[in-house]
Formats: sequence, C-alpha cells, structure tokens
Amino acid sequence: MIAVLSHELRSYFHSFTAYVFGAFLLAVVGFGAILYNLQAAVSNFEYVLGFGTIIFVIIVPILTMRVIAEERRQKTDRLLYSLPISTTQIVLGKYLALLAVYLIPLAIISIYPLIFAQFGEVYLPTSYGSLAAIFIMGAALVAVGVFISSLTDNQGLAAGVGIAVILFNYYSVSLSEYVSSTALGSAVALAVLVLALGILIRYLTGSEMLAYAVCLGIMAVLCLISFLNPGSLEGILPAIMKKLSLFDRFNTFVNGVFDLTAIVYYVSVILLFLFLSVQSLEKRRYN
Amino acid sequence: MIKVEHLTKYCGEFLAVDDLSFEIGEGQVYGFLGPNGAGKSTTMNIMTGCLSATSGKVEIGGFDIFEDPDQAKRLIGYLPEQPPLYMNETPLEYLHFVGQAKGLRGQALEDQIQNVVDKVGIRPVTHKRISALSKGYKQRVGIAQALLGDPKVIILDEPTVGLDPLQIIEIRDLIKDLGKNHTVILSSHILSEVQAICEKILIIAHGKLVAFDRAENLENTLLSDSEITLLTGAKPEQVTKILAGVEGVGDYTQTPGEEGMLTVSIKTGDRDLYGLSSRVFAAFAKSGGTLAELRVKKATLEDIFIQLTETPKAAGAGKKEAEEK
Repeated sequence: MIAVLSHELRSYFHSFTAYVFGAFLLAVVGFGAILYNLQAAVSNFEYVLGFGTIIFVIIVPILTMRVIAEERRQKTDRLLYSLPISTTQIVLGKYLALLAVYLIPLAIISIYPLIFAQFGEVYLPTSYGSLAAIFIMGAALVAVGVFISSLTDNQGLAAGVGIAVILFNYYSVSLSEYVSSTALGSAVALAVLVLALGILIRYLTGSEMLAYAVCLGIMAVLCLISFLNPGSLEGILPAIMKKLSLFDRFNTFVNGVFDLTAIVYYVSVILLFLFLSVQSLEKRRYN
Repeated sequence: MIKVEHLTKYCGEFLAVDDLSFEIGEGQVYGFLGPNGAGKSTTMNIMTGCLSATSGKVEIGGFDIFEDPDQAKRLIGYLPEQPPLYMNETPLEYLHFVGQAKGLRGQALEDQIQNVVDKVGIRPVTHKRISALSKGYKQRVGIAQALLGDPKVIILDEPTVGLDPLQIIEIRDLIKDLGKNHTVILSSHILSEVQAICEKILIIAHGKLVAFDRAENLENTLLSDSEITLLTGAKPEQVTKILAGVEGVGDYTQTPGEEGMLTVSIKTGDRDLYGLSSRVFAAFAKSGGTLAELRVKKATLEDIFIQLTETPKAAGAGKKEAEEK
C-alpha cells in the first residue's frame, strides 16, 4: 500500500494534476474570502467554504479521472494484479494519495481564519468545524470519483461522468422541488432508480440472477407499500434526493452546527464507494 | 515448482482454456508454443493471478494462486504481452515502485535495482523517460521489472515480438542466461524461437495441451509422419512381397507413377530412417526390383507443430457443444 501511495503521489506532482487541483481550490476560496471577509466584512469564514463547494464539481473529477482508468489504458493494471499486493491495498493506496493531494491546499486555507483573527473577531470553532467538514465531504466526492474512474479505461469519459454525477448531486436539492411529488410519479421514478441499480449490480457482479433478485425484491416491497398505504409514497422522491445530497448536508456546518450525522453519512459514502471500486477492480479479473 | 490442474477458463461463451493440466519443475527454460489465440496468454494470466479461472487449480511453489495469492505472487516475475510501463516515468522510478510493491526496502532495493539494470543492459537509459525509449529497451525494462525480488519463476509472454533481429538475439541470450538460476516460462507462436531457447516445450492448441516434452524428444517420438518414397519398376504384388521381408516397414501405399512405374510411400515411426531406407534398397536389389528413385522425408518439428495445432480444432469445438447440451 505504501508503495502504491508514494508512487501515486510522485506521479501527481510530476504532472499538472495536483497543481491544477490546488490552484483552483485556492483561487475559488481566495476569491470567496475577498468577497465575504474583506469586502462585505463578514467575520464568518464558513460562508466562504459554503461558497467554494461548487468548484468541487469541476476539480474532483479532474483529480480522479485518471486514477484507475489510466492504469487500464496503459495496461499497467496487469502489473498491479501480478504484484503481491491486494486490490484493497491498491485502491486504498490510490485513495490516500488523492487525499494527500487534497489536504495540501486545505492546509494552506486553514491559515486564513487565523490571519483574519489578527484583524477582528473571528469565531474559530465554526471556521475549523466547517473546514473539517469540507475535508470529509471532499473525501466522499473523491471516493465517488475513484469509483467512476474504475469503470472505464477512458479518462475523458470518467471526467465527464464524474462532473455529471457531482453536478446532479450539487443541484439535487433544487431539482427536488421540480420533480413530481405525487405517489405515482414517485413510484415511477423509484422504479427507474431500481432498474439503474439492477444494471449496476449486473455490471459489477456479472450475475444476472443477483441483479434480478435485488430488483424484483425492491420492486415487490415498493408495490406492497403502495398497495397497503398509497399515501406513504407521496413526496418520497424529493425527500430521497434531498437526503442523497452531499452538498446540502454541508450547509448545516456553514450555519454553525457541527452535524455528526452528516459526518457519519460522508464516511459511509467513502466506505461504500471504495468498496465498490475494489469490486470493480476485482471484476476485471473475472471478465 | 508450478502445478496446473484441470484449468478451465471461459471468456463469456468462448472456451479459452480447456481442462489444462501440467507440471513444471525447477530451473529450466520452458516454452509455451501455440498459434495465436490458442490460450497461451490466458493461461499465463491465470498462472500469475491477473485473471481468475472458471475452474481448476494453479499452485506456485506449493502456494495456491487463488487461495494464497500473496505468497504465490512473491515467487513470480511476470512480463505480460504488452510491457506494463508507466510511460512518463524513468526506468529507475518505475523499478523503485515495482521493487517496493514486491516488499523490497532501503539498501536491498537499491542493490537489486542496480543488479537487474546491469543484467538486462538498460544502464544507458535509466534516467530517460520510458515513453522516449525504443521498443527493445522498453521490453528490457519490462523484463527488469519481472526480475526484481529475485523470483523463482519468471513468466514472459511473447518477449521478442516486435523486436529487430539483433534485439531478438540479445533477448534470447538474456533468457537463456536467466534459465540457469530461475525457472523461465516463455510463450511464443514462433517455433524456431522456442526451439532455440527452450529445453522443454509445451504445445497448446485450442486451450488444450497437445504435447509436452523435451525439444529433441518431441522430434523423435512424434516422427510418425516420416516417409520413404520410392519409384519402382516392379509390379504391385512384387512390391508387396519384397516389403513384407523388410523389418520396420509399417503402412505403405502404392500409386501408379510416371511412365508405368509405381510410387510407393512408406510411413514409418522408425527413428533410424536411413537404416530402414538402406534395408529397403537392399531388399529391392536382392529380388531384382528396379528402383528409379528413393527419397527420405524426415518430419520436422514444424510439421509436428502444424499437425498438432490444426487437427484438434474440430474435436475442441465438438466438445464444447457437447458440454452445452
């Protein structure tokens, strides 16, 4: 794992990736700091971070697009498989390297509240609370990006899909107000979601049986619920979309609350997508 | 050293490896020979843990590659068909990574790297980017990677494809040299190459092992295709009588030849072809039968290869259909 980690880190700093990622993050946060803290003279640094999250839509996919896709394109995945390291170690090594690249601009940003505190009253606990939260939220997005990169051997495709997924996640709360909140609309949308899940399962495990079983199982439960209590499905789709949003949960931190449930949610997202990435790599051996 | 038992691999519907079993001992150069698409690369990928098998077992030095991959992979150095190189690194950086991943650290890692760099002869290019290297050097960096960690088994998948003749000779010499201290398995679809480097040959066709022996034994034991052709003025019944008295003559056919003569083809598995042909000649001379021509055609390894790899096609396809039913 250490070997993969140091190898990845070296390659990030040999290429532009790490620098572009850091530069963009610093630029947006710096711009936010000028806007909020200097011009508007607001003393809450967390607002700046709240403003800065939109940049993740672009920079996270750019950072993660090549992480596994490139190994496949260069056929170096064969080397990784033949080395005495497990796929879990490969994914963890790569993920930790990405986190290190992500931590460097955050470390620089973490000085800002201290600087501002020299010139006025800054409430540091909320500033650092939301800094910690933005780290974990970004870490969750990076995990999603790693998984998307593991699905293809085309960096561009990985970046495109990554941007689409994170953008959808970013706007899912606003979008949730426009989607149908009737029971029927929700049921149809859920059915589509379940089908998508089934296709993902089919792709990852190669087992049609399992995909059908999961799909039909969830569908049956849904039918049962809608049959027994038709009202319960009402508004469930917007609710799910709100719940799934990684960005929405971050607003709690911006408002000055350190929300442990959100942290648990982020950590679960990280674990889930790292697990899926390992499975996706393993699956390549069973093609 | 390596034990493969009933290895079977389906790629989708296609049967790539079909119930393959063999055992490989220590410290020799083995050649995997077979036409393109015979399942050589698939077998090698399974043996090195890059691919799973549908069923069957692979043991490296007593460790099962599926059950105990960490221990088993430590014993193997593998060069896949396309050398797995990180193009924007230098060979030195690349070898550092592979060495670390194989568990080497500190001075031991440095020593090993210097050692393999000299062994494969990439000293002049260690600080150039891999993407800028010639194909021959890339191949050598790939081999260097396989040698790190001093594995007992080195598996090379078509190591000389795409190289120029001089490079091919250099790589072959390198492989022969490696065979002194390691078990080397290399695959190729070029017969002469395997003949030149390998002590033992495994011929694979359509996912099956069709022959496994020393190179010279293969030639000797499978020479049933050797043929003595003669053109004679004797009558058919006379020929039958003469040949019946000659020791070592197997099946033969008689066909009318030029100018009323008779062409007789004698198939034989006899190793001493020239002794047999002398006896045939003597028998004809004794009984007064004239011989216009006496030709000895010795089957080469090439013939065996073609014969072995072409015939099982129908059999293999038939078997798969049978299994599906």
